[in-house]
Amino acid sequence: MHELSIVSSVVDTVTDSLAAYPGARVLEVRLRVGALASVVVDSLEFCWGIATEDTPLQGSRLVVIAVPVVMHCAVCAADVELESVQSFRCPRCGQPCSDLRQGRELDIDSFEIDDETEPESSKSEKTGAKA
Amino acid sequence: MTRIVELRQGILKKNDELARGLRARYGAAGVLVLNLVSSPGTGKTAFLERTLRDLLAQGSRAAALVGDLETDNDARRLAASGAPVRQINTHGICHLDAEMIDRHLTGWESVELGALDYLFIENVGNLVCPSSYDLGEAIRVALLSVTEGEDKPLKYPTLFNSADAAVITKIDIAEPCGFDRDLALKNINEIRPGIRIFETSSKTGAGMEEWLAYLAEALVKKAS
Repeated sequence: MHELSIVSSVVDTVTDSLAAYPGARVLEVRLRVGALASVVVDSLEFCWGIATEDTPLQGSRLVVIAVPVVMHCAVCAADVELESVQSFRCPRCGQPCSDLRQGRELDIDSFEIDDETEPESSKSEKTGAKA
Repeated sequence: MTRIVELRQGILKKNDELARGLRARYGAAGVLVLNLVSSPGTGKTAFLERTLRDLLAQGSRAAALVGDLETDNDARRLAASGAPVRQINTHGICHLDAEMIDRHLTGWESVELGALDYLFIENVGNLVCPSSYDLGEAIRVALLSVTEGEDKPLKYPTLFNSADAAVITKIDIAEPCGFDRDLALKNINEIRPGIRIFETSSKTGAGMEEWLAYLAEALVKKAS
């Protein structure tokens, strides 16, 4: 159960990045999670509400993009996608594979914000109207 | 107006950067670092006790960092081997991370990394979370005892797939436990094809000779 610390580190990283967008509200955070990343997606989602409370991410959605395992099969000379992590064999030729090319990802892909800061042009118009 | 901000960065970036630093440090010191991972009760501590004792007896220089949620019982047990041992208490955290290793290596007065051949890190007993955290080790060892069920590698593929070597412990009681050796070997190979597997007993010393030879080989390979 290290999902809470993983989620907390996502919250910290996104919060740091928000400095460039003052006043922005976070709508969604997208993670890329490999089938071999050792994290439980349900637990990430469960922890999300707790970890985002009283942060600029409060109320945002967590979206997890699942990344399948891809191995390189030397026999087929090709990258092949595994259907399950119960057997590390090439799904085409059945040979055992140990050359992992994808599947351990645990990344923040992107986040979506509602940027309420107005563009420079409309700001100056408003100032003009007030004066 | 909504906008998408691309980050594309590892969530465990801080740990990975620290681990890279540790790996460089181990490399410069010429010490072979092994990270031992298993469930609680597999016999990691007994296996490490035996390994340290046998290594010291053959004149090798070895030390150990041992992780547990609480208590220094394991460190005291291991220290009886004569090797320098330091306990890491995680106080509830279910795995060791690179920062904990860094902090405990710094200020470990009785140990100079450059004066060691082997440094063992005994992780917190857990087959899930430790697999996400790189500690800068050269070799990750997954341990499995004959009492645990032959399908453990299938149940915890993320750990077994990331391991460089597998150790089966307690083979002296394999028979009364009804341990199906062929099935266990098959399952390990299904998850990590071609991995080196050692069948050991910390009690009788079975399989230790092969394990020590593997360590010696890995140390030579690392130095060259």
